[in-house]
Parts: sequence; C-alpha cells; structure tokens
Amino acid sequence: MSSANATNSLHDATSVDQDNVAEVRNLTKFYGEDIHALDSVNLSFPRGQMTTLLGPSGCGKTTMLKIIAGLLDATSGQVLINGKEVNSPGPERAFVFQDFALLPWATVLRNVAFGLELKGVPRAEREEKARHYIDEVGLTGVESKYPHELSGGMRQRVGLARALVVNADVLLMDEPFSAVDEQNRRKFQEDLLHLLAAEKKSVIFVTHSIEEAVYVSDQIVLLSPRPGRIHSIIRPEISHDAEPDAIRRDKNYLDTIEEIWSELRKYLD
Amino acid sequence: MLEYIKRIPPVFSLLIWISLWEIAGRLELAFILPPFSDVVEQLFILIGRGDFQSAALQTFKAFVIGMTIAIVVGITIGFMMGTSKVANNVLGMWVNIFASAPLSSLVPVLMLLFGLGQTTIVVTVVLFSTWIIALDTYAGVYHISPSLKEMGRSFQATRWQLLTKVLFWAALPEILAGCRLGLIRAVKGIVIGQLLVSIVALGRFFRTFSDNFQFEEFWALTIILFIFALSFSSILGYFEHKVEYYAKDRI
Amino acid sequence: MTTDTSTELARMPKSEKILGIYYLTFYQILSVVVVFVLWEIAGRYPISPAFPTFSATMYALFEMIFDGRMIAAFAETLKPLAIGVTISAVFGVFLGVSMGLNRLFQWFWEPIFVVLQASPVAALIPLITYAYGIGLAAKTVAVIMLAAPIIVLNSYKAVRHASPSLIQMCRSFQGTRLQEIVIVIVPNAAPVIFAGLRLGVAAGFIGVILAELLITPTGIGDLITYHRSIAEYNYMYAAVFTVILFSSVMVGMLETAEIKYFRPEKKKGR
Repeated sequence: MSSANATNSLHDATSVDQDNVAEVRNLTKFYGEDIHALDSVNLSFPRGQMTTLLGPSGCGKTTMLKIIAGLLDATSGQVLINGKEVNSPGPERAFVFQDFALLPWATVLRNVAFGLELKGVPRAEREEKARHYIDEVGLTGVESKYPHELSGGMRQRVGLARALVVNADVLLMDEPFSAVDEQNRRKFQEDLLHLLAAEKKSVIFVTHSIEEAVYVSDQIVLLSPRPGRIHSIIRPEISHDAEPDAIRRDKNYLDTIEEIWSELRKYLD
Repeated sequence: MLEYIKRIPPVFSLLIWISLWEIAGRLELAFILPPFSDVVEQLFILIGRGDFQSAALQTFKAFVIGMTIAIVVGITIGFMMGTSKVANNVLGMWVNIFASAPLSSLVPVLMLLFGLGQTTIVVTVVLFSTWIIALDTYAGVYHISPSLKEMGRSFQATRWQLLTKVLFWAALPEILAGCRLGLIRAVKGIVIGQLLVSIVALGRFFRTFSDNFQFEEFWALTIILFIFALSFSSILGYFEHKVEYYAKDRI
Repeated sequence: MTTDTSTELARMPKSEKILGIYYLTFYQILSVVVVFVLWEIAGRYPISPAFPTFSATMYALFEMIFDGRMIAAFAETLKPLAIGVTISAVFGVFLGVSMGLNRLFQWFWEPIFVVLQASPVAALIPLITYAYGIGLAAKTVAVIMLAAPIIVLNSYKAVRHASPSLIQMCRSFQGTRLQEIVIVIVPNAAPVIFAGLRLGVAAGFIGVILAELLITPTGIGDLITYHRSIAEYNYMYAAVFTVILFSSVMVGMLETAEIKYFRPEKKKGR
C-alpha cells in the first residue's frame, strides 16, 4: 500500500503523461457566504480506473462529484473531461444516484433506456440496448415491472444499467449502495467490479464506507472537511483475482482500512 | 350487530339518510321538504323537458370551455410558481388571495361586464376553479424529488424534455386532485351565477320553482346539479386512482 | 445534502434588499401597484360604462369608510359570520373528532358530509328563507351550511391520522382511552383541526356574502346590490374590493397564527 501526502499540488500517483479521463483544477465551492465546501482542490482521475472520494460528512465529496457531473456550479476553478473544459452535463459522463432517481411511472425497460430516449434514439434500437444491459446487471425478466415492485437493490441495478447504456467515458456514482441493505451491498460491490472490468469503464465513486472504498477502488482520495481539501491519496494494493471472502480477510486490505480509519477519526465531530 | 354494520361500505349510510328524508317528507315535518320519492319523480320529468335540456346543454358547453381554460392556465401558473422563486412569491400571493376569497362577491361585477349569457358562465368557471388548480399543481411540482430533476439534467435533457417527460408526470397526482377540486368549485360557481341571475337558463328554473313553492321540482333540480358535480368528481377520482400506483412511491 | 444541489432556484441571495425591503416583498408590492395602474388605465377606456377607474373606486371606498357606512356594513355582516362559525366550530370539531374515534359514527356521518362538501349547497340557500325567514337566523344557517362540512371533515381526518406510534406509546404505558384521547390524540390532531377552522372561517364568510346577495341585502351585500341598482358602480366595486381585502387579511392572519402556534417548521424561508 502506498500513500502520497500533500495538499494543494497536482495529484496523480503515476507518471505525468497518464491519460486522465477527468481533472479538476483549483476547484473551490462556497455555499452562500460561510460554507466553504471545497478549497482549491486539484485532482486527476486516471482513465480505466476506479477513483473513490472518501471522507466524513461535510468534506465536499458529493459536492465535487456533482460539480464534475455538471449538476452544480463551482465558485471558481475548472473541470476537464477528456482534456476539455466543461461546465454542464454531457454525454461523456453518466451519473448513478444514491436514491436511485427512477421514473416511478415507467417500466424498468423504459427507465434503463431513458438516456437514449432523451437523445432521440429510435425505440427499437434503444430498447435492444437497454435489454442488453438489463441482462448485464442481472435483472433479466423484470423489464416490464415498475420501480415500486422492486427491492432497493434491484432499483439500483436499474440505475446502474441506465448509466451504462449511454456509453459514457466516466461513471459518476454517488454513494450508490448506501440505500441498499448490507447483504445486498456486499454482493453489489463484487458484481460491480466484474461489470466494470468487462466494460473497461472509468469510475469516480463517492462513499463514506471505508471497507467499501478499499474493496473496490484503484485509488482512494481522502478528503478532510471544513473546508474540503485533499488529505491524502492511497492506492490499496489488493489483487482482485482472489475470492471475495478471501480478499476481505487479506492483511493488506485490513491494514489499509485501519490506516484510513486512524486518519479520518481526527475529523469526527 | 355493530360489527356487521361496520363491514357495509360507508356509502350505504346515505341510504339511511334518504330514508329519513322520505319519512320526514311523508310526515310533512317541514313544508320545504317533500318526500324523497316525489322529488325523484319530478327529477325524471324535469330531465325530459325540452327547455331544461337546452338550458342544461348551454350551461354544460360553457362549463367545458371554462374548465379547459382554467386547467391550462392553472397548471401553467402552478408550474411557474414551482420553478421560480419570484413567481412563487408574486403569483402565489394573488392565487392565495383568490383561492379563499368569496368569489361570489365578484359575480355581480362579472354580470355587469360580461352580460347575462354564456360568456359570464365561462368567466365564472375560470374565476372559481383556476386558483385551486394552480395551488395543487404548485404543491405537486414543489414536492418533486430533487434527484429526479438532477437525473434528467445529468442525461442532458432540455428544459422542454424535463418538463414533459419528468416534471409533468411527477406532479400529475396532485394536478388531478387540483382539477377535481377545481371542477367542484366551478359547479358551485355556476350555481351561484345562476342563482344571482335568475333570468336565463337554469337560474330561471330555480327562480320559477322557488317563487311557486314547487319544492319537489326545486329539490329535483338541486339533486341533478349535485349528481353532476359528484359524477365529474368521480371521473377525476378514477384517473387519480390510475396514477396511484406511483404516487406513493415518489421519493 | 444542502439546498443548492437541486435546481437553479434563487439566484439572488435572500438577504438582498431593494429600497430597504426584501426583494421578494418588493416584487409583491410592485405587482399590486401594476394591477392598480392597469385598473386605472382600463377604467378610462370606454370598454364598458360599468367599469369605474381605480381612483374612482378608491374615492368611493374612503368616503364610505369616513361616513361610517363601511364599518356599519361590516358589523352587520360579521354578526352571522361570528355566530355561525362559532356554532360550526363547536359542534363540528366535536362531531369530527367523534367520527375519528368511533367507526360507527364515521360510517354514519362521513358520506353525508363528503357529499355536502362537494355539492353546490349554494343552491339550497334560497330555501333557507322559507324555514328561517330573512333575518339573522337565515344568514347564520347559511354560514353553518358552508362552514360545518369543512370543519367536520378536517377534524375527522386530523384524528384519523394521529400518529399511531404515539398512540401505541401511550398504551404501552397503560394509559386509559380517555387519557389517550385527551393527552395524545387531540394535541396531535390540533394543527389540522385548526387548519380546518381557518378553512371554515373562509367558507363561512363566503356563505354570509352569498346569503346577503341571495336572501336579503344587509351589510356588505347590501352595499353591493344597492349601489348596483342605482348605477353608482364605483361604490359597488369599492364594496367588492373590501370583501376581497378583508378575506385576504383575515385568512392571512389566521395562517400566521396557525404557523406560529402549531407548525413552526412551516415558517416561510424555503
């Protein structure tokens, strides 16, 4: 496990020509006049990898994610996607919501195809693509059901399928499993890794669960609160080839968790 | 015994009230209250009358036109209130003033300005029903989950797409409830208008019956109007029921 | 998550002021001024002889206030309103609460009140004169006819929706049914009952104006019909204006009281 401790300089853990799917430069965000959510944050997100933003509440992780998504305006600073500056949502990014944000009046099939529907893709084509991803996330057979007929875990799979269908370069996931029960959550983490490996997606992930972060991520960005700043970046060196249960007992895994925990406990209220 | 009664649908208690009415009428407890059965008899006679039918049709046409205007305007105002803080404060002030004011005091003014015909009925319907439709639409829009709106924006929905594919459907249960209440208020408005202008259409019937102490006919006419209001209310209630499956599920 | 993450609402910070008043209040006042100006302009155009200008209406209004007619009229109108609302409130809340607590009562009374609330009971107002004459009693009955259903149904719903977990909590401490009703259910239902009373007052006011227009003119209704009959339209409009004004102020005050005493979490400031 390696960690880099520095605050306001450009961070990435590998070489300078690393292909970054996303970058933020000098990102600052104030809510009103007194809430300083982010303070001149500089961060790069390598392509093809899962970067997790981790930290206690008020550290600005969801704020940063939504600014990258274009759903929030930064007070100052830039967001670059594929090297180009953006300030509104775009087709290169897809968002997965904490509370699923499914259209409750639409079937699973329509929900998954929603992104393509907005782009005007013809019905047959978008439904075919939707069906493919519904299979990918393991929801074959529920295409005609409505969200209120599904469990929390299934609803989030719909949200994930919807984000995959639009073929974005980077997936932005906002605490996607926090509204899912514990048993399903673990299964989800494992399935997500398989899925992302197959799809070769870049992911920016926000969570407040240390175990989750260490289990799924290629790099973890620890943020400290008030104002939001980068505390450190950690690369858990965990091989995902082993059995999931074995990984969760692996010494590296457990040590990383402890290290992060000891860093973060300073910020507990 | 009590347990048995509780299992009968509540609507049937109306039968008891109707029986009480019948008994009171037969016993001639109040001369304004004829037996229910006589009222029903007059009801059927009244429906068959040509002059009643044309008066009712006239009123109904004006009602439909007025309701359409009220629904379109009310929903638009409600959406404006729900999406803009300034609109909410300014329009909201006016909507709230008119939603609880005695609009019947404005009916004499309307009659002065628009005469005694169809136009006044249309304006009365619009005046009475728009505000509650706007208020309920606003409530529906206000309670739309923010993440649903964000989700639409994250997939780069245009303003129009967001409105028609997400916001409208999300607020639909409240919009339908508002339309139902608006409808009921519109009928009340029409009745008030007709009572105040007892020269034309249904108002003339009311005046004639009450002047000539024809209480059976008077009640018959009143019940027809009551049934009209309640049927339309039920139709909208049916649509509200159809969207119920997702209404409770909205986050 | 904080409020800003949702839509593009509130670009302007709440605390900004124009001319010393909050900008939102400023826009409200501006809209009122605009309406009065439009009224003035429209009145000057010969659209209809029966459309007085805003200034003519205001002149008539102040004249009626200063010669006492307006106050006298309101006093006349408020009499049946006050009596009717009080009766409706006392009996209505009692009946509504009973309906909420007792299934048989609910079975018997709910449908009839639902019908009454949805039906145009105004149609029955002319009939009142036959039973109660044309005086105070008739108008009070009109008020009750319009106010009671709303008060009853709101009180009923308030009790029905009283927090089940609070009731269970009371039972778990072996509270008697009476304690349950008085200590838990009624206070829990109080906000909605009060909201019902507010709606009832508004409906009662509608009832009294209707009665004054349909039965015999007294009070404000008289001001409206009298001045219409002698074609002094600015006085007629002035009377209508006061009705709307009075209603808004009254409902506004009741709402403020309701939020202050019953629902502090609903205070404006979203």
